Amino acid sequence: MTNSYKIIDHHYDVVVVGAGGSGLRATLGCAEAGLKTACISKVFPTRSHTVAAQGGIGAALGNMGEDNWKWHMYDTVKGSDWLGDQDAIEYLCSKAPEAVIELEEYGMPFSRTDDGKIYQRPFGGHLTNNGEGAPAMRACAAADRTGHALLHTLYQQSLKNNVEFYIEYFVLDLISDDQGNCIGVVTWCLEDGSIHRFLSHQTILATGGYGRAYFSSTSAHICTGDGSAMALRQNLPLSDMEFIQFHPTGVYGAGVLITEGARGEGGYLTNSDGERFMERYAPNAKDLASRDVVSRAMTIEISENRGCGDNADHVLLHLEHIDADTLHKRLPGISETAKIFAGVDLTKDPIPVLPTVHYNMGGIPTNYRTEVLRPTNENPDNVCEGLMAVGEAACVSVHGANRLGTNSLIDLVVFGKAASLTCKEKVKPNSKKIEISKSKTDNIIERFDKIRNGKGNSTTGELRTSMQHIMQQKCAVFRTHDLISKGIEEYSKVESSIDDIDIKDKSLIFNTDLVEALELHNLMAQSKVTLHSALNRTESRGAHAREDYKERDDNNWLVHSLAWLNDKGDVSMGSRGVHMNTLTNHVQPIPPKRRVY
Amino acid sequence: MVQFTLPANSKITKGKTHQLKEPANDPKKLAIYRWNPEDDKNPRIDNYEIDQEKCGPMVLDALMKIKNEIDPTLTFRRSCREGVCGSCAMNIDGVNTLACLKSMSEVKNEIKIYPLPHMRVVKDLVPDLSKAYQQLASIKPWLQSKKTNEEEKNLRDEKKQSPKDREKLDGKWECVLCFCCTTSCPSYWWNGDEYLGPAVLLQAARWVSDSRDSERKERLKAINDSLKLYRCHSIMNCTRSCPKGLNPAKEIAGLKKAIVTEL
Ligand SMILES: Cc1cc2nc3c(=O)[nH]c(=O)nc-3n(C[C@H](O)[C@H](O)[C@H](O)COP(=O)(O)OP(=O)(O)OC[C@H]3O[C@@H](n4cnc5c(N)ncnc54)[C@H](O)[C@@H]3O)c2cc1C
Ligand code: SF4
Ligand code: SF4
Ligand code: FES
Repeated sequence: MTNSYKIIDHHYDVVVVGAGGSGLRATLGCAEAGLKTACISKVFPTRSHTVAAQGGIGAALGNMGEDNWKWHMYDTVKGSDWLGDQDAIEYLCSKAPEAVIELEEYGMPFSRTDDGKIYQRPFGGHLTNNGEGAPAMRACAAADRTGHALLHTLYQQSLKNNVEFYIEYFVLDLISDDQGNCIGVVTWCLEDGSIHRFLSHQTILATGGYGRAYFSSTSAHICTGDGSAMALRQNLPLSDMEFIQFHPTGVYGAGVLITEGARGEGGYLTNSDGERFMERYAPNAKDLASRDVVSRAMTIEISENRGCGDNADHVLLHLEHIDADTLHKRLPGISETAKIFAGVDLTKDPIPVLPTVHYNMGGIPTNYRTEVLRPTNENPDNVCEGLMAVGEAACVSVHGANRLGTNSLIDLVVFGKAASLTCKEKVKPNSKKIEISKSKTDNIIERFDKIRNGKGNSTTGELRTSMQHIMQQKCAVFRTHDLISKGIEEYSKVESSIDDIDIKDKSLIFNTDLVEALELHNLMAQSKVTLHSALNRTESRGAHAREDYKERDDNNWLVHSLAWLNDKGDVSMGSRGVHMNTLTNHVQPIPPKRRVY
Repeated sequence: MVQFTLPANSKITKGKTHQLKEPANDPKKLAIYRWNPEDDKNPRIDNYEIDQEKCGPMVLDALMKIKNEIDPTLTFRRSCREGVCGSCAMNIDGVNTLACLKSMSEVKNEIKIYPLPHMRVVKDLVPDLSKAYQQLASIKPWLQSKKTNEEEKNLRDEKKQSPKDREKLDGKWECVLCFCCTTSCPSYWWNGDEYLGPAVLLQAARWVSDSRDSERKERLKAINDSLKLYRCHSIMNCTRSCPKGLNPAKEIAGLKKAIVTEL
């Protein structure tokens, strides 16, 4: 059966899977280092999810008030509820300013201050003076289309550097050698239906998050976390999967995002009494407290019957007090979004909003050099050779239990570049080709063929909806043992139907029926480890709020969780210590303390 | 590579009709172009009926409902569902637009959906955009700047740009490369091999207008070509179709003017 597929081999020094912000930055760096590099993406680069990022990219440039990368580091550690690795966070925050300057050098069209510098706005959880001072102006912004500006700029640089792209190629799985090290990927070309094997000395996964595991998500439909599921299939663990960020301001109903930058520009939330309730929950930072804090406050307001609207099931975001000119200049994108998806003219009326799934703090564990970890009992920081991960797919971990706004975009470019530096160190340009037999990848093609020829009674659409509802109801802002256990039980029913999916489209060219089924398999694997990771962590930290374990428990849980999924579908849990050490002696480690805003 | 056997002027035939199984309060009909490169058949129009009460408001919501519940073989591109990625460009009710931004209520009767016109069809509503992408690359859409030694030394300082200069990029940098404009331009239909088309010319205008770029003159010279630029006869279809409210026709006029005054 595998013989019926046409298979074409390619040889590269480095293969990057993903052409979002992180994948493109890694690709550029590798190409600059003279490495023969391929960048593979299931969509045209500028259609990657990074394009949707709105509010800004975090870096302590201090263009609009005093700032310091050490304050940025403090805020990130505190935002992570101390679950972030401090060596990696130091790396991120200290490299952030030069990474933003580099983007500007590349031609990114940032908004500007009156004296011509990059415009910066406040964002949730970013403060001055180690959390003691006023909000920091740290989010470097291109209006409210920062991701668009960033992604298009990186794509333009790729054109300048003649990057070798393989666009609308769907990566199926990783190829491992006998030691379990990664030596490339198997892909399916959507345009002509052929199968391609890419053999490479380093493979960088930059495949983004899996927001579409949930029913209501700000993420694009392509956010199915394919790379993380591929790692699971290689018996690699995923880390901190219980930490799912709910963004406070998804548009009620449609789920599309209104950036936190809207509150940065002076927006605020009210309940049905017209009360600015965040003043009660976060007296200092108020509406600009960290996302987990605001989302929980909103959920409590709604559950205590202070929600707005006919069903009292959302709250309101006000911007109508801001002058129309500022809205037009600083927030043109969400002005459009509010009009189209909520029917609201935000110069006149408030927008109905609801906490909505937004970001995955968890993912493929890596060190700050972006090498993927395969922790063992003896060495929790053991590396899986040949494999790296960056961006939302990775768990470096700089976001710990809760990511601060603007810290993802900066993560993409800082660690995208770090990946290329590691490649430069580990791989010589034009290294010897890796050759493998045809049969070496039979199991991958067989899996593909089996799903493709699936016959049965269930459909991808139906199973996906069931899974999304389970995640939405059983693994949301507040969790309990009983709730999650029920989710796991319901999940197994859905899981039992997955081999029963009927693929109606039997073709190979642009078969999106099959693409969606493959993506569903990937989503299901990640949903499963998410549920088990959430059940396992008996404390509340950052975005993981357990009503049956309300306190943070540093004695037992100041660790990253690890979850493996074997080929029988069993999940096993483990853990890995948090790096509480810094990378250099430029800063001192920040010891855990109570997290208040 | 697979050969595309579709004859140039092949006839579009009548396809299948999928009627609603239950009575609906708010039914809507969609007539959608279908073509599969892997069978030898002619393109056809399939008819679908959905209940708008059980569907989101946009045309993309309807397409996804059809794919999820009625006919999983229906093929189209989509990603962000909020008009920022440019994937879901297609011809709806006679106009090129983004399906995720097009409300069904804007179309009175049956909604007719075709792929972007005059592009090779890969399958159903998926066009081949590779030529347009190549044309984009041909205008060198990246910042070019000759640095002085002094500037090189201060590499860590961002280049300054006054808010006024930055404003010159507005209306240009927001383009999502959906090519709705380009594929609605008659000049592009007939001369697409040479004529760059409005989307790419808008990008040319974006780089010509960037105060940080040192190659304004060179850029203008490069497009000062009867085929690349002057095939635009100001028909304005492009501007009318742009789902992001941009005005490529105006920017093209600006380029022509700059060429006259500066070269
Ligand atoms: C609406 C919204 C607004 C946001 N705003 C901000 C903000 O203001 N600031 C901020 O810091 N963060 C923001 N974020 C978060 C941030 O945008 C994302 O975390 C980030 O863009 C992820 O980038 P990435 O490079 O990891 O992956 P993505 O941009 O998601 O790219 C993934 C890439 O992988 C490819 N891929 C995936 N699977 C496969 C496969 N099987 N085969 C081949 N290719 C594959 C895709 O084609 C794509 O190119 C926002 C997120 C959302 C949802
Ligand atoms: S104005 Fe020019 S570019 Fe626009 S549709 Fe007309 S001919 Fe084409
Ligand atoms: S100008 Fe408008 S229609 Fe043309 S490609 Fe850009 S966004 Fe699309
Ligand atoms: S799906 Fe992204 S523009 Fe329509």
